[in-house]
Amino acid sequence: MLAVDVEKRLGEFQIAAKFETTGGAAALFGASGAGKTSIVNMIAGLVTPDRGRIALDDNVLFDSAARVNVPAHRRRIGYVFQEGRLFPHLTVAQNLDYGRWMSGLPPDPAEHERIVSLLDIGALLPRRPGRLSGGERQRVAFGRALLMKPRLLLLDEPLASLDRPRKLEILPYLARLRDEAEVPMIYVSHQAGEILRLASQVIRIEDGRVQAAGGLELLDVDGAH
Amino acid sequence: MFDLTPEEWTAVQLSLRIALVATLVTLPFGIAVAWLLARKNFWGKALLDGLVHLPLVLPPVVTGYLLLIWFGRKGPIGAFLDDYFGIVFSFRWTGAALACGVMAFPLLVRAIRLSFEAIDRRLEDAASTLGANGFWVFLTVTLPLALPGVIAGMVLSFAKALGEFGATITFVSNIPGETQTISAAIYTLTQVPGGDAAALRLVVVAIAIALVALIASEWFARRAGTRYHGE
Repeated sequence: MLAVDVEKRLGEFQIAAKFETTGGAAALFGASGAGKTSIVNMIAGLVTPDRGRIALDDNVLFDSAARVNVPAHRRRIGYVFQEGRLFPHLTVAQNLDYGRWMSGLPPDPAEHERIVSLLDIGALLPRRPGRLSGGERQRVAFGRALLMKPRLLLLDEPLASLDRPRKLEILPYLARLRDEAEVPMIYVSHQAGEILRLASQVIRIEDGRVQAAGGLELLDVDGAH
Repeated sequence: MFDLTPEEWTAVQLSLRIALVATLVTLPFGIAVAWLLARKNFWGKALLDGLVHLPLVLPPVVTGYLLLIWFGRKGPIGAFLDDYFGIVFSFRWTGAALACGVMAFPLLVRAIRLSFEAIDRRLEDAASTLGANGFWVFLTVTLPLALPGVIAGMVLSFAKALGEFGATITFVSNIPGETQTISAAIYTLTQVPGGDAAALRLVVVAIAIALVALIASEWFARRAGTRYHGE
């Protein structure tokens, strides 16, 4: 379970978000510019909140009162970015192994094999990211985040940079990830359709604040798109 | 006409050795300073930036003279290095390498700094979410992506070191076999009657070395570039 209660001022924009997720797949839902990515960056440790507390299960990741701030590289939180952010100088196989190397995890060929076939990226392993299509790149990014054995998976609009056919191609993989990877997920999107297929809990963000939290019924409220 | 005399050969070999040592020894410092200037904000950053670029704008003779004062046998730094490490710069080829390294340093730092600044920082963020601490992010993401710039900086530095004249001759003089580089040898030959043919031979050698260095750097940079965008 993830508990977030953070405040952050970014120029004129003020984020003050408080919510809890119950495990499984939760969606951060709201228009572009509502502050969703900033909130996710704070969870990942890439942005430091001005005040507040972030805890994953009983593990405090950030607490301004207690002066706790676990650096990003020690949080073990997988992050799939909107633009993939694969390392262009490494092959797909090396990208997939990167998290394991850096986290000092022993090789786990069975898990590797399972994720590679789940995402259907076996044929891409020797290639470099520059030669992949957008959809292939995102699938590799999912695999890279999963193979570091994260305690939580953050997906920040992972389909936003793809055209519609590519989105439809990726969605089933995401649904399989949710069902088979057994990692709690935070799925960020402004598309109600994607969330409907993937998430069970919805946190609606508006203007840097949590406007509502609950089930999928929150999606068809006016102004959701 | 293109048979070099042993003395000319010595000057050519000495030049290559001095330029190579100057480039390789200054490289780690160049990378560190370039990284500081590209990524960090600290008190005295403008001063460091200015100091690094000073050899570019000072008359080389001034740089050579400052080196002589500081790094000579009786200079504060020169005496210390001699007493504790047995490293002597004055009137040795090591001194020529030091002068060349200092003169080429701004070019090295500039090229590497530009390539650090051009790197997509979001890739570094991605690496840190995957468990890499600052050191490993630098080693596995920042430095490999900056490689074309690092190579370009090294070639510039090498070329500058090969051609350096003013600071070197001021600091370590023009001793055949010890500090006489191609440039100094050409200069000497043009000052003596009948030295023209020998000077010309060395000129041709200098042009050839410069061309090879440029072509090699292009090749390395292109290779590094295609690795990121193709296979």
